[in-house]
Formats: sequence, structure tokens, C-alpha cells
Amino acid sequence: MDLTYLYSLAGGALIGLASALYLLLDGRIAGVSGIIGGTLQRIGDNQLRNAAFLLGLLLGPVIYRLSFASWPPVHYGADLWIYAAAGLLVGFGTRLGSGCTSGHGVCGLARLSRRSIAAVATFLLTGIATVAVMNAVGI
Amino acid sequence: MTVSFPRALAAFGCGAIFGFGLALSGMMDPARVRGFLDVLGRFDPTLGFVLAGALAVSAAGYALSRRMQRPLLESAFHVPGQGRIDARLIAGAALFGIGWGMGGLCPGPAVSSLSLALPQAFVFVCAMIAGILIHDHWQAVRRLAESLSSARRAADADADA
Repeated sequence: MDLTYLYSLAGGALIGLASALYLLLDGRIAGVSGIIGGTLQRIGDNQLRNAAFLLGLLLGPVIYRLSFASWPPVHYGADLWIYAAAGLLVGFGTRLGSGCTSGHGVCGLARLSRRSIAAVATFLLTGIATVAVMNAVGI
Repeated sequence: MTVSFPRALAAFGCGAIFGFGLALSGMMDPARVRGFLDVLGRFDPTLGFVLAGALAVSAAGYALSRRMQRPLLESAFHVPGQGRIDARLIAGAALFGIGWGMGGLCPGPAVSSLSLALPQAFVFVCAMIAGILIHDHWQAVRRLAESLSSARRAADADADA
């Protein structure tokens, strides 16, 4: 049986659990772009908490390694400059749009925020278009 | 400055669960993310299950939070209200989507991927931080220019009076 779907569903449930716990414990949206932005700003207590969340994110693949005796499989196909350009767009865009896949996607859709629904529809559309164009021109 | 260690610990724990979820789900694999976005080509639907699983649990958590006076470790909830859909939101989401489609990485998986010590993830995260800083400086300069011009208008009005 193909376990891929099951792992995706279980992994998604864990992402949802982390978001729910962060809301119930700290009263905040677990939006990773906002958490990275908060780590870069020098506001003492907030900065520490945001940095702690990011340290936890780094630990995630290590827990996977301890559980499955291998690192999570990843495939990077593009040239290095593509990742540089993509990173710039992701950093700038998520700050301008106040969120990414976690803040607008997982948290925003769950609370039926109109802004988040509009944001998710927009980034899915431009993401799909970008992949289609890159495939068409062979990048 | 007061530092709340229970809150920092909670953030660390939530980050670790989140990161493990990312690793388990396949969201850390750029090829699979781009496959999910490739609806016009070789579409890989598995990551739809990530969103479904995440939304189900996250929505339950949100419903529970609505019945609480305040979160367990904080004095109040900090959840944004129903704001206006403006050009900034749409332009920002559009740019993010282009970057997401190009690299197959969004901020969470990108940070987690640093643990795999891959040059591509490192370059992506450095560029992402640069993008964040460029945006934040641009906004700070814009706010300064706005307050300067409004101060000048006020001074001109005084001079006319």
C-alpha cells in the first residue's frame, strides 16, 4: 500500500496541532514568515520566543532522522540562482502580504479569514502559473 | 525586560512539532511541492492531504480558543480581525506565489531544510532574509517620508495663517 498519502495526512495533522497549540498556549498565529520577521526585529521577549520557534523548526528533521533512521527525502533540481531569486521573492512577498502558507494557509483558512482566503487563492494561482511557464520554457 | 521562559519553551515545542510535521508530510521536498503546483502537467495531489490534515486540526484548535477567555500562557489572544482585502495583500501574495513556484520552498520548510546542510536551502534562506529586510527598510523609509511631508504641510499651513 502506498503510505505517501498517509504520511502527508499525518504530517499535515502535526502541522495543524502545532498551530493549534501555539494559539491555545501563546494566543498567536503560527505564521512562519511573521516569526522570521519577528526574529529579525530587536524586541526582547518577542525576539526570544520567535527564535525559539525557529530552533524547534530546525529540530524537526532531526526528530524525523531519529524516528526513521534516514533524513527526509528532498530533490532540488534547479540552478542555484533560481533559489536565490525565489528566496528574495518569498521574503519580500510574504512581508508585503502579511503571511505565507502557514499564517494565511493553515491558520487563516481554519478561521475563515477573508484576507487569508484571498491571499491563498492568489499565491496558488501565481504558483501554478510560474511552474507552468517554467515547464513550458524548459527551466 | 521580562523574559518568559514557559512561553519560549512553548514556542520551541510548537516549532519542533511543526518541523517534524513538515518533514513527515513531504513539504520539505521542493520537487513534490512543484509537482503539487503542476496542475497543468504532472500533478502530484499528495500535498493536498497535508493541507486537509492541517486545516482539520487547526480549525478544531481555533474553535476551542473561541471558548477561552485568554490563552494559557498569555493575557490575551493576538489574532488579527477581518481586515480589508487591499492591493498590498494581493501583490504580496502574488510575489510569494511566484517565488514558491520557482523554488518549491515556502518559509517553514526552508528553515527546517537548513538542518539538511544543503547549499540550495542555505542560499534560499539568505535571499529570503534579504527580501524581508529590503521590505522592512522600504516601509520604514516610506513612513519617514510620509511623516516629513505631513509635518511640512502643517508648517506651510501655519505660515499661511
